[in-house]
Amino acid sequence: MTSWTTGLTDIAGLVFVALFLAVMLLGLVVKVPRPGRDLRPLRALRRLRQAIFLTVESGQRLHVSLGRGLLMHQQMAVGMVGLRALERLVSMTAAGDRPTIVTAGTGPLGILSRSTLHSAYETHHWEERYRPTDARVTGLTPFAYAAGAGEVIATENVAANFFLGAFGPEVALLADQAAARGEFVAAGSDSVLAQAVLYAVAEEPLIGEEAFAAAAYLGAGGLHATSLMAEDVFRWLLIALMVGGALFKLVGGHL
Amino acid sequence: MKAPVSTAVAIGVGGVILLGYFLPVPYLANLRLLLLQWAVFLAAAALFVAALNLSQHHWARLTNRHEAGTSGLLLIALWGSFVLGLVYPLHSAAVRGLFRFLILPIGVALLGVLTVSLIYAALQMMRRRPGLFSVLFLTTAMLILLGATALPGIGPIPFLSDTLRPWLAQVPAAAGARGILLGVALGTVATGLRILLGSDRPYGE
Repeated sequence: MTSWTTGLTDIAGLVFVALFLAVMLLGLVVKVPRPGRDLRPLRALRRLRQAIFLTVESGQRLHVSLGRGLLMHQQMAVGMVGLRALERLVSMTAAGDRPTIVTAGTGPLGILSRSTLHSAYETHHWEERYRPTDARVTGLTPFAYAAGAGEVIATENVAANFFLGAFGPEVALLADQAAARGEFVAAGSDSVLAQAVLYAVAEEPLIGEEAFAAAAYLGAGGLHATSLMAEDVFRWLLIALMVGGALFKLVGGHL
Repeated sequence: MKAPVSTAVAIGVGGVILLGYFLPVPYLANLRLLLLQWAVFLAAAALFVAALNLSQHHWARLTNRHEAGTSGLLLIALWGSFVLGLVYPLHSAAVRGLFRFLILPIGVALLGVLTVSLIYAALQMMRRRPGLFSVLFLTTAMLILLGATALPGIGPIPFLSDTLRPWLAQVPAAAGARGILLGVALGTVATGLRILLGSDRPYGE
């Protein structure tokens, strides 16, 4: 690739990010879309809400699994959405007898999940409910993590599970264990492999970008909802570009 | 505002790294590299904190005599392998032996369990979620698996192995996977921008 095309690609990338940001902010000014009304309903998250209410009613626990997002990797993005969703889920379950329990498979996510738990309880003035041991790093390799989180599913009086983060196929072990115990499982990941596995194993799988929409559907705030709108706008733009590019090639055009 | 210093640091560092990635300015590129090196050190420190967190949980179980044997064994394995890695070089027989005779067999065993779990889950799926998509999912999985196997005396199954399986894998499956990955990429951009705007702040007080 020549230097001018590299420069052009870099500028195009920056313009893409800037436009994405502009659409997100424009949404805040014009109209914040409401999940379920302006945005299509997601069955998995609707059922998760129902499962949470039943969990609180029955005096049992919600288990949130944040996966193995690495700090220097794009996988961390879905972990960040998981953390935001966790904040909302703590608010929804804090009135229950047993607090939400979180498991993570990497150091940074472990630290951030503790911080998020603490912060969520503090926001609602329930500091006394915060226990550092409710956020655990259960293992540092994929299968060790699955084995440790599996122990939480089995021994912590869990009634509902929400897996949202970077997983590999080992997530099937967790979902299968939870399903065998009659626990509810909603799950999403950024990995295509994990999504394929979850489609077969999880009661309510989140496919594709639905995992990134989870926090917005749990009421995480305006910018989460407008970023879904920006994703939709740019998805249509990408579709138009791909179809246009294919037609351009079809008629014999080349750049 | 929650955690103003942490928020300012996250926005500043994120902004520098984003601009350093796109703009061909040597100073920005060097600064970006330096910040990423710091992040590597932080990630290593976080790994150590995670090991301590894991130990804290199992130590509590050990002292409370709740499945103390298992927790004791896990603590010995964790810190034993840590000390082994400190004392011996990475390519030494001791460290290689640890991987070869302990970690690898356990991983393979769990992979075996995973295979059984997945087969069972695939069978359960039709009962749990009957419908066109489940049928399509299972049929495709079966065709891909059959296309990858060779029958005794026949070899690869004609048409399935050389035509249908490659077409399924390279056209509808690859198209679907790319569509999903485009959605994931857009979600990742949105998440990054929310952090840059200070909307998502998982770093507490």
